[in-house]
Amino acid sequence: MKKPYQKPSIIKLRVGLLRDKKSGLLRMVRREIDGVPVKDLVRKFGSPLFVFSEKRLRDQFRYLRRLFESHYPRVEFSWSYKTNYLDAICRIFHQEGASAEVVSDFEYHKARRLGVPGENIIFNGPYKPREILKQAVLEGARINVDSMDEILDLEEIARETGQKIRIGLRINMDTGIYPRWDRFGFNLESGEVLSVARRIAAGDRLEVMGLHCHQGTFILDPEAYARAAEKLLRLARKLEEEFGWNIEYLDLGGGFPSRSRPKGLYLPPEVGIPPLSEYAERIARSLLLGTMARDYPLLVLEIGRALVDEAGFLITTVRSTKRLADGRRAHILDAGVNLLFTAFWYHFRIEIERELPGPPEPCTLYGPLCMNIDVVEENAWLPPLPRGTHLILSPVGAYNLTQWMQFITYRPRVVLIGESGQVEVIREAETLEDVVRRERLPEHLR
Amino acid sequence: MKLRRLAINEEGFIFDPETGNSYTVNETGLFILEKLRQGLSPEEIARLLSQEYDISPEEARRDLEDFLEVLVRYGLWKEPK
Ligand SMILES: Cc1ncc(COP(=O)(O)O)c(C=O)c1O
Repeated sequence: MKKPYQKPSIIKLRVGLLRDKKSGLLRMVRREIDGVPVKDLVRKFGSPLFVFSEKRLRDQFRYLRRLFESHYPRVEFSWSYKTNYLDAICRIFHQEGASAEVVSDFEYHKARRLGVPGENIIFNGPYKPREILKQAVLEGARINVDSMDEILDLEEIARETGQKIRIGLRINMDTGIYPRWDRFGFNLESGEVLSVARRIAAGDRLEVMGLHCHQGTFILDPEAYARAAEKLLRLARKLEEEFGWNIEYLDLGGGFPSRSRPKGLYLPPEVGIPPLSEYAERIARSLLLGTMARDYPLLVLEIGRALVDEAGFLITTVRSTKRLADGRRAHILDAGVNLLFTAFWYHFRIEIERELPGPPEPCTLYGPLCMNIDVVEENAWLPPLPRGTHLILSPVGAYNLTQWMQFITYRPRVVLIGESGQVEVIREAETLEDVVRRERLPEHLR
Repeated sequence: MKLRRLAINEEGFIFDPETGNSYTVNETGLFILEKLRQGLSPEEIARLLSQEYDISPEEARRDLEDFLEVLVRYGLWKEPK
């Protein structure tokens, strides 16, 4: 039989960091999060429990903003709702000055409900239902168009409203990374972008004012962003010359890595993942080299994961322990892939709430679902864990709270530790009533 | 040829003594590098890939070309003239 295939990949490592030799074992214990004891959190709010740190959220936002602003004069951060759209999280980023990046009617509604005005919304995504598209136009949102059909929709809306609509184009291109996402937007190398632009100009109802490119997620090559910036800039100039448009913004999307460990990356994140400062430098250098001093385009960033991932923890509890047929130890936790969607692609940092005796041994961590796929960590090295031990998994702030599912069991509480150490529930635990409220039992089944 | 000078271990860790850079490759990447070092042509490697792995010759060829492009970019390989 042939072996399963994986696309070939090669990743450049940062050698200078190989010297980080801090003992992994010492870092395995975490008694508190932002000064609040893990034990107290569980006693008060139950287990499993998602915990977010307001301090980390704000610190990371301010760090990234300063980082980019120290390299380039005009930067806008747009909070990628899909990464985590809990009200409290979005509000914190909006307070820090982020606009909202949404990709659906639901996300658009959620941003508006939180009080974000249309002009502070960036509307992306491959499917924007007609109704919400029109609302976005009327409210002045920036719309990055994904397909020719969407252009037709927008031309129709322009006809209805009697206004010229200014749009952005989502571009996909070769920036030297794999996998290459070519399903979103218009392709650069094939010439599709230019023919679409000609079509837009001929229609005379739309005007292109921005270019957008989100290359993928957890991109480990800062140079890919430099290439994207360069290519977008060149394209912008071409569009300006050929069609007389004014390209005001270049949106490089998100995709910056957090300190998580993707499966397949064999080195710890401290070694294998370039620091975000490298990304900022490369992007800024490309943009500065390619622009006249007087017309710096606005650089938009839709950073999701790198802003929120490390601010989120999941406290979970060992509910039972067994030996597998091959002698390996296995622990069953009260949180599984129903809550940790990202466990399919990432290894979490696993910390124990207190020091435990005994040498670490390889073990597997399972969730509570009766499904074979419910594996939180296939191969952890942990001392023998007594029943009831709390584990702290991180980083889990990105994508888990939007992609988690109501499956087999309830979804737990989410709390936020405020900057002065107060702990507040930002999402209540799910109840039976939440789940069944939308169900209807037909008359003949009653 | 540059490739011959690289130190490659079987876990896919690569060290380039000339530049001091290091890299990791996955299993398929390692497979390709080894064949390149043995002097096989991209055509032959693509054929071997599709024999060894569950993938069509066309796709293997495309992925291989992508991979070679990255090698070129990292200065690890040059298209033989
Ligand atoms: C258009 C767009 N922008 C931004 C993001 C955020 O990406 P990340 O969390 O990798 O920064 C995504 C994620 O898929 C996206 O699709």
